Amino acid sequence: MRKDLVWLFAGILFFGLLYLLNWGVKAISTDLLVWIGAFLSLAIFSFLYQDNPFYKFAEHLFVGVSAAYWMCMGFWNTLVPNLIAKLHPPIVKGVLPAIAEKPPEYWYIIPAALGIMFLMRLSPKAPWISRWALAFIVGTTTGLNLVRYLRSDFLGQIKSTLIPVIVVENGSLSVGGSFSNIVIVLGVLCGLIYFFFSKEHKGIFGVASRVGIYILMITFGASFGYTVMARISLLVGRMRFLLGDWMGLLQ
Amino acid sequence: MRRQIPLIITFIVGSVLIISVFIPHKPFGQLGENFSVYFDIIAVFAFILGAGNLLRVHGNRIYKKHKDWPYSMVTVAGFTLMMIAGLFKIGGSPGITGDLTEPGSMFEELYMYVFTPLMATMFALLAFYVASASHRAFRAKNKEATVLLLAAFVILLGRTPFGVKLTSWLPDPLSFLEIPNLASWIMSVPNMAGQRAIMVGIALGVISMALRVILGVERTYLGADSD
Amino acid sequence: MSFFETIANIDRRVIFLFIGFAVIIPVLLSFSCREEATPIVQSIFDKIESLPEGSKVLMSFDYGPSTVPEVQPMVDAFLRHCCEKNLKIYMMALWGTGHNLISESMEDIIEKEFPHKVYGVDYVNLGYKAGNQGLINVILTDMKKMYTTDARGTEIDAVPMMVDIRNLKSFDLILSLGGGFPGIKEWVLFGGDPGNIPMAGGATAVSAPLLYPYYPRQLLGLLGGIKGAAEYESALIKGYPKFKTYSHPAIDMMGPQTVAHIVIVFFIVIGNITFFIGRKREEGEKREGGVIK
Repeated sequence: MRKDLVWLFAGILFFGLLYLLNWGVKAISTDLLVWIGAFLSLAIFSFLYQDNPFYKFAEHLFVGVSAAYWMCMGFWNTLVPNLIAKLHPPIVKGVLPAIAEKPPEYWYIIPAALGIMFLMRLSPKAPWISRWALAFIVGTTTGLNLVRYLRSDFLGQIKSTLIPVIVVENGSLSVGGSFSNIVIVLGVLCGLIYFFFSKEHKGIFGVASRVGIYILMITFGASFGYTVMARISLLVGRMRFLLGDWMGLLQ
Repeated sequence: MRRQIPLIITFIVGSVLIISVFIPHKPFGQLGENFSVYFDIIAVFAFILGAGNLLRVHGNRIYKKHKDWPYSMVTVAGFTLMMIAGLFKIGGSPGITGDLTEPGSMFEELYMYVFTPLMATMFALLAFYVASASHRAFRAKNKEATVLLLAAFVILLGRTPFGVKLTSWLPDPLSFLEIPNLASWIMSVPNMAGQRAIMVGIALGVISMALRVILGVERTYLGADSD
Repeated sequence: MSFFETIANIDRRVIFLFIGFAVIIPVLLSFSCREEATPIVQSIFDKIESLPEGSKVLMSFDYGPSTVPEVQPMVDAFLRHCCEKNLKIYMMALWGTGHNLISESMEDIIEKEFPHKVYGVDYVNLGYKAGNQGLINVILTDMKKMYTTDARGTEIDAVPMMVDIRNLKSFDLILSLGGGFPGIKEWVLFGGDPGNIPMAGGATAVSAPLLYPYYPRQLLGLLGGIKGAAEYESALIKGYPKFKTYSHPAIDMMGPQTVAHIVIVFFIVIGNITFFIGRKREEGEKREGGVIK
């Protein structure tokens, strides 16, 4: 047997015995569903050692279960009340009696038709029909995004950058506040200058571009720090489930 | 015609939605609202399409006995079980008339003890890889990388109580140099400035791309001509 | 193999083991740390404090099981605060997984800790609707066009607290919890900013830095990751000491978080030391070989 596998099994045996001797079998959960959750969690974690059949099983199960989950959610929460119940309300009497008496709204045939066109993607004979529905989706997304991004992400951000570079608090100059505002204004300008590639980055333009790079490096460093924090939080959450809900080691 | 009609649809829909912002009255305001409702409904068909495609791909693997085909059976079995539990709202007190996620229902149990552990653990794995990748790749090779590294250190330590203890000995006039205060300042000043510059740049890109798509200059979303 | 080479070529599984222990041991020892709310977090607390009784708060559950450890503590803290202030809570989801999380949050927090609250009068579950930013665009002008029933199938006008709701502008505060797409950014772009509605968010740590540009004009406050959640829990305990005996998972998680951060910083420093030593050795070997670069 491979040496590293021997060490791995010895480690699992050691900690397993340590757990049993200290806390005993009384602490561990007796709920079958919790055991299933713990098994699946450990199957995914086993990938850290190397790819194996348990990981592959869990991964494939996840793909199937999540696809069905989203489909059921979409069906019961949007398709039934917002399409089927609108086109022919009496049909939902058995599942949504509260809205079964409402009058029908036949113009909902348009999204129904577009939706069916979208599903034609699966048809071997006429997949091109799905382009019409896709064109509608793309048109809606671009039409909405153009105005919203222009308003909030472009004009809104410019407005937020127009801040006083000399800050006065309680009648006296606030050095910290003024410095921070100067950094914000110059940082945004220099960052934008860095992204302007139509002009060569020379002279004053080049200096501003270099300042922009340093501002962006601080930004990416901050993003990295927060990303690490996020990933560790997710691991802590999983460990709290395994050690608490499953092994019963936490109060 | 197979490519022209979609381009016309995109142009009409996109234009109506833009005009509805400036003329929020009938018919544009009404049409804009209706188009958004259609969009919401078609989004569900996208889920159905995804599920259908999944069954097609994995069904094909099982039928042709491709490599790892038993795992495709696991996918199809998991999908079928979840779908039956969800579509027929099995278990749970009110049954088919109640909430899909009623406590005690089979759908809710599958969500809590199959879907949640799998999804949560997939993402929890990233903690290990981020540590390993940081050790291997995060090098202060030049001035820019050093600035990035220092900022990351300040955030990593400053966002924890350890950072508070590390510099709590600093006198009051120098309290702005305490790591937690530095971390807060980095987030709300240079980080904000950099993110704002990126945001403005992205906004300009989105606006120009949206215009290109609406005017039919950008057609990659239509796919290949062979369809 | 020398000590330097061992460290320089350390197997990544050893790093995984260190990270594993860095998290497991503090979790077992229940090592936790109290936090102090920063201004970006305190502003949300102050806003909720300033809302009069009966104000309408819309909470959007835009997250899934993958980010529950970060976002759920924020949700729990907001629910407790809003219930304590007797605000009306409207819960909805742009993510399918948010639907389940609304049910869990209602059961674990509102029904258990505030049993006197009445469903339909003090809180309501509107459930999940597909459509992402398209949904926000519709409900900005007409909420009942998409929400014909609540999540339990009750006709929307039969829910007492929905009677005077016309659209998003009927709400006094929108709280978006999540971090992916759709999330806080979409709420700002399609809901809060165009409708001029006060908005705050609780984001995962991955997306929090990206949302800082919206603060404070378009987003009155932001909780960033588990740190933000811990700060809000601390502010809640400070304002309402009775919550000290309640669960505070974010504060509990700061201990393992701290240790793991220190371990990662340690590995980055080790990696850089080995890099610089290795580079110096290479330069030395090249000089000895008569090739100066």
